[in-house]
Amino acid sequence: MFSKILIANRGEIACRVIRSAKRMGIKTISVFSDADRFANHVRLSDESMYIGKSESKESYLNLDAIIKAAKESEADAIHPGYGFLSENADFVDAVNKAGICFIGPSKEAISLMGDKIESKMLADKANVSTVPGFIGEVDGLKHAQEIADSIGYPVMIKASAGGGGKGMRVANNPQQVKDSLERARSEAQSSFGDDRIFIEKLIQQPRHIEIQVLADNFGNIIHLGERECSIQRRHQKVIEEAPSPFLDESLRSSMGEKAVDLARAVNYSSAGTIEFIVDNEKNFYFLEMNTRLQVEHPVTELITGVDIVEEMIRIANGEELRLNQQEVKFSGYAIECRAYAEDPARDFVPSIGRLIKYQEPNNIDKIRVDSGVSEGSEISRFYDPMIAKVISYGSSRKKAIDLMANALDSFVIRGIRNNISFMRNILSVDSFKEGNYSTDFISKVWPDGYIDSSLDEESFKIVIAIGAFIDCKFRYRHLTRSFVDMVCFINKKQIKLDYKYCDGVCTVHIGKVIYEVTSEWVPGEILFKCLVNNVSYLAQVDILNEGHKVNIKGNEYELKFRNEYTSNLTSFMPIKDDPDLSKYLISPMPGLLIRVGVEEGQKVRKGELLVVIDAMKMENILVADKDCVVKKVLKKQNDSLMIDDIIIEFE
Amino acid sequence: MVEQSDNLINLNNRVNSALEGGGIQRIKKQHQKGKLTARERLMVLLDEGSFEEFDMFVEHRETEFGMANNKIPGDGVVTGHGKINGRLVFVFSQDFTVFGGSLSETHAEKICKIMDKAMSVGAPIIGINDSGGARIQEGVASLGGYANVFQKTVLASGVIPQISLIMGPCAGGAVYAPAMTDFIFMVNKTSHMFVTGPDVVKTVTHEEVTHEELGGASTHTTKSSVADLAFDDDIQTLIQVRRFLDFLPQNNNEQAEQRDTEDPKDRSELSLDSLVPTDSTMPYDMLELILKVVDESDFFELQKDFAKNIIIGFGRLNGYSVGIVANQPMVLAGCLDINASKKAARFVRFCDCFNIPIITFVDVPGFMPGTDQEYGGIIKHGAKLLFAYGEATVPKITCIIRKAYGGAYDVMSSKHLRGDINYAWPSAEIAVMGPKGAVEIIFRDEAKDIKKVDALTEDYRKKFANPFVASSRGFIDDIILPKDTRKKVISALNMLKNKKLNNPWKKHDNIPL
Repeated sequence: MFSKILIANRGEIACRVIRSAKRMGIKTISVFSDADRFANHVRLSDESMYIGKSESKESYLNLDAIIKAAKESEADAIHPGYGFLSENADFVDAVNKAGICFIGPSKEAISLMGDKIESKMLADKANVSTVPGFIGEVDGLKHAQEIADSIGYPVMIKASAGGGGKGMRVANNPQQVKDSLERARSEAQSSFGDDRIFIEKLIQQPRHIEIQVLADNFGNIIHLGERECSIQRRHQKVIEEAPSPFLDESLRSSMGEKAVDLARAVNYSSAGTIEFIVDNEKNFYFLEMNTRLQVEHPVTELITGVDIVEEMIRIANGEELRLNQQEVKFSGYAIECRAYAEDPARDFVPSIGRLIKYQEPNNIDKIRVDSGVSEGSEISRFYDPMIAKVISYGSSRKKAIDLMANALDSFVIRGIRNNISFMRNILSVDSFKEGNYSTDFISKVWPDGYIDSSLDEESFKIVIAIGAFIDCKFRYRHLTRSFVDMVCFINKKQIKLDYKYCDGVCTVHIGKVIYEVTSEWVPGEILFKCLVNNVSYLAQVDILNEGHKVNIKGNEYELKFRNEYTSNLTSFMPIKDDPDLSKYLISPMPGLLIRVGVEEGQKVRKGELLVVIDAMKMENILVADKDCVVKKVLKKQNDSLMIDDIIIEFE
Repeated sequence: MVEQSDNLINLNNRVNSALEGGGIQRIKKQHQKGKLTARERLMVLLDEGSFEEFDMFVEHRETEFGMANNKIPGDGVVTGHGKINGRLVFVFSQDFTVFGGSLSETHAEKICKIMDKAMSVGAPIIGINDSGGARIQEGVASLGGYANVFQKTVLASGVIPQISLIMGPCAGGAVYAPAMTDFIFMVNKTSHMFVTGPDVVKTVTHEEVTHEELGGASTHTTKSSVADLAFDDDIQTLIQVRRFLDFLPQNNNEQAEQRDTEDPKDRSELSLDSLVPTDSTMPYDMLELILKVVDESDFFELQKDFAKNIIIGFGRLNGYSVGIVANQPMVLAGCLDINASKKAARFVRFCDCFNIPIITFVDVPGFMPGTDQEYGGIIKHGAKLLFAYGEATVPKITCIIRKAYGGAYDVMSSKHLRGDINYAWPSAEIAVMGPKGAVEIIFRDEAKDIKKVDALTEDYRKKFANPFVASSRGFIDDIILPKDTRKKVISALNMLKNKKLNNPWKKHDNIPL
């Protein structure tokens, strides 16, 4: 067995690999950039090597620096994690040439599968069906429009070297083909250094289901079942689960067989994932193969009991697979939620900053948290905005969902915008609970962008009762007090109530209903565990100057309590009107303004491109949301933007 | 049914007439402006049922200009005392519905009366200002009234806390009464303060300026620093005053009440260990440190929109009220400039007046350079902060977080200014100046070679930009782990509980005003 492994990655996946290696008795070496000097993965590893500046291309994409670090630290193998150099054939080559073992597939398999065009041709040959489209490189706009016309709209324009939704655009007509082609190309160029593009038909109501395979160097290949990854935003996965609620046993095995066939066709070894698109009639099409460990691998681990990282290490070490297909047993249900630093209410734009408060839900039974951060960590602009993964396991799908709900309710993140409440809301959507969804789930549930769903009447009153408890506790400490004819101001509503606090119990009367709230909560804590009429609830609380915010089941309320006299006077107070932002284009994220598509005085139609902002390695196109005339352009190309900066003023 | 005597009926009628102030129509108008009436404000401000009114039936004595027949009981100001969270306070609230809240001789007498009472029993006074100014009909009598209030304010200063709320116009000489109180809170959009209004400004200087621009809450909280805070409406302002008063003692002979808290004294905050970035030129948010150190993250920040390079405000440690002063590296790198010095100096002096211990968190690269600052008198204004710290006799606990360079190090509650306990984080850089600047002076000749400068700078940084040199001289009592800051400061505070320190007798000092 290897004695020392270098992990050419950062964040949660580096920590994840270190964990398995440690358990196997293998020493670990981490690598770090300037920004990661004190990161968790550096602390967890036995040794660590500095590899360069914070920008990925200076560090985690810096092939030479990593090989040098591996040599100096005398690593005998390198695990690449996912992203960065994990699917870079040149890297594999360089690792091998340095006499170090690469924990992953061969460079041939990587280059064959890394190219979307070549991989599709290969799938064809292996009798795995692919999405109708043009197999080959697109040569210019005219060609692109011809292809799109011939396969029929809508079409998907994709970067040949793409992944993770980058360089991917939908076009509904020839004009959009023109716009999208240009953007996809430049995004592909900036993200992957390769601007080759291909086009395929857009499958309607598709589900994204992938098969995990494991292959050794002796021709043994097995699959570990599927993962359902259809809950996506901006073409990136948010929630994954295994098994898929959509598959039956026969579809599972036929998809599994095709996946194994394809892996065999490229002489695959190590762990890999074959992604399929499944339409509503359960036809499945090969999409691409990921020749690496996937972000969402934990759900497979939980239902199969296989440690995929360990198997990768063993395979790389020249061992034979330890189980055959018959020995792969599935039991239970697992769900993974990816906590991202982003703002769901603003079209998921990335958010950066310091984790001022951060408490993972890691002391809940059957909850696994994979993360690479802790309180005080910085989510920097240099890397992926994923904060952590929460994985739940249950004997039934419902149990796994309920457990996840509890975990998300307990997950405290402050200091940056994040998607915890958003994911918590997804768990409450009926079609999700029923397992009846496709990749357009989010845009279907929230067609006009994400907003909190509203709680039912009863839960709403429970929020108020909880609020009354906090009000007593915060303002009046241990004193026994009773308040009659109080008014709770909550989301522009006013609810009358009476409440009394005595010996840690707050008795709240709302109308004729009585709520008895008991809790050990003390001011200053965010997590609020309580019993309301003997039913337990978990909320998160933030104290405001007057009143407080209560977040329950992913829905946030601002509450304040005033006596009757004061509340009666409240109607005289001027209503603070929000500034009129409709006349401005405001930067929704920090980033670099890479293109201004309009000039002063120009008339712009709804949907036309205004500017392009580069943020978090993504090109974000801002379009006009109505017909308008540009009055002033306040920023110019290559200006760096802060969140809420005004870019354009309209007339 | 018992019949009421004529006397009682008469009283009842008079009370009702007084409660109506300037009448239903004027009250309606007041409400339409988004403002509460004088009495409503007091009811919101004070604990329910606690208000005891004085001088409800006082009327003015003016006879000229037809005023003899134009009398309204109370004469435009409601005065008395009441409780805020159970604590006695004296209040006056000007009634804009009565003669526009204008100040007559008797109006002023009412205010003076409760000020005298507040002084004699040692309780805070809260004044609500909503007045058109002097009662012109009364002429010089009104001026005299103002001056009497001014004089009492001066004498009460430093004896009882005085808080002014500006909830309407406050113009002309009238501004000087609140100006001399300890704190001024305003209401956004509905309150104004200026010595001369827009009309006069236009006549004299030809400047066109709106009420809001000239003396609105945003002007006074961001530009002039006349006001300490502003809130969105009357009710919010009054509720915040209730919260604010909890941090203050009744008078200069008392300590602020200790508040019950379940926040552990020894709560450690691991994330503070990573608060200071490795690159010493990078900013971080000092507010995070404050919020993680004080009880329950409850911090009442003052003047948060003015001189943001320094943070001031009240918090509690183990339930005890403390004043916090901290440089904010997010703004102007936390430099001390004229505004920051003035802002912090006045706050330090308030704390010292009222026995509130001062906690200082230091990250200051020095005084702000530039002609602006020098011409503006940074020497004199910077000296205010130095003076304030130097004269303060309350417990002073200082914690140097990162930079403490040059004269600014001395100023920020250093050991030499009788700092009681001076801590430093391991990231502290206590030095006469930044490494690069020091190297350029010490090695003037070598400094021409950039490569050499870098090496020398690095060398200097290692040797001097740390807390160890200062601590070897005893300037720093202890170097503490960031995560233990709360525990350490609370323990120091506890040790200093009975601190006694007197300055030499003097009539008063001569701070560089």
